[in-house]
Amino acid sequence: MADPRVPTGGSVRRVRVEHIMGTAIGIDLRDPFVAGSIFDEVFTYLRGVDERFSSYRPESQINRLGRGELEVGDCSPDVRQVLALCEELRVATGGSFDARAMQPDGHLDPTGVVKGWAVEQAGWMLAAAGARNFTINAGGDVVARGSPQAGRSWRIGIRHPVWRDRVAAVLEVGDGAIATSGTYERGTHIGAPSTGRSAGNFLSLTVVGPSLTYADAYATAAFAMGGGGPAWVASQPGYGGFAVTTDRRTVWTPVAWDLRAAPTS
Amino acid sequence: MPKRGIVASLLTAAGLVLLLSFKTPTQTSPTADGLDVGQRSTPEPARSNTAPSSRADSPTALPTATPTPQTASDTVTGPVIPTRFGNIQLKVTFSDGKIADVTALQLPNDRPRSAYISSVVAPFLRQEALQAQSAQIDLLSGATYTSEAYAESLQAVLDQNHG
Repeated sequence: MADPRVPTGGSVRRVRVEHIMGTAIGIDLRDPFVAGSIFDEVFTYLRGVDERFSSYRPESQINRLGRGELEVGDCSPDVRQVLALCEELRVATGGSFDARAMQPDGHLDPTGVVKGWAVEQAGWMLAAAGARNFTINAGGDVVARGSPQAGRSWRIGIRHPVWRDRVAAVLEVGDGAIATSGTYERGTHIGAPSTGRSAGNFLSLTVVGPSLTYADAYATAAFAMGGGGPAWVASQPGYGGFAVTTDRRTVWTPVAWDLRAAPTS
Repeated sequence: MPKRGIVASLLTAAGLVLLLSFKTPTQTSPTADGLDVGQRSTPEPARSNTAPSSRADSPTALPTATPTPQTASDTVTGPVIPTRFGNIQLKVTFSDGKIADVTALQLPNDRPRSAYISSVVAPFLRQEALQAQSAQIDLLSGATYTSEAYAESLQAVLDQNHG
């Protein structure tokens, strides 16, 4: 039995969970030589993003932009980057992901893209600090790097949308991102922008791929698209989809199918 | 903390209660020293393997318990995991290397509301932990806050138990 204090990549586990952006964000770091101060740096960064993008803080750049007190060109670089991403995603999803249409009054709310984007940035911060084996789980949206221990990939369960004591599937991921949209996490909070009604075909839709920014937005968009969602995900190079239908069948696209874990016991 | 974050947390907790009230007919009551979420008694633990409680993000949180072969039943106490709703700490009983039962030594119960939610949620979380074991997962896409801390505490137990 290995001494857990001996740094044999992945044998030491450090975890911190904080509540930011209205959700729990947990970092699980398996690289023993990375200084623990990286936790402070990453969570400080994420709290800062929350402040700059918050739609609940009147003085946030996003709200000042919405009131016309600020021009896009005067915003901080990360706000400009996220705004550009919102537009890119609106075009790429044929309007299913629209940072403006998601709000009843049509005002700009990039919240739907900020969390995935910020958590992906946090992953790059960890990588720049020398981390090679870690996960970040932000309310079920996951960035994974490396492996939890030698010889195997991260096993990521997709919670079943109906039976909460079961997983609907398990995916084995090395470097990658997973985001799940559904009716179960916060109530029925995802609607088709064009109709304002909840999408009816799926109870949950999971997207896996290289970038959490896109996986998160694609999951939101594909869920809103309804029955055509998984096929649309499959058309995005490098991304895969997994969905649980309202009649509790599962739907896989090829990229996701290749990551599925063999059933155990 | 933005207002909406708090509201979302409450909604999540309320949603959990609504959902779980259909699933857990047997509810336990909070007691002064915590909450027993086990629906059956611990099956004769052969020995106890108690680790010091500590924050999981500090180097001192490295597993310090001596790993023991899992041939008989064995009880391991996890670290205290702080959440914004209160502390979570679990005791796990192993039998032949498998999780036989999960008992919460601490769950959020500082306010009557929290205690009620804990009493309803805990049996469900225990079941979820047992299920997660059979799926052998590292993390869950779609987890809620309290269940995540619970999973963290459980994982700490599993790590120290399996080296």
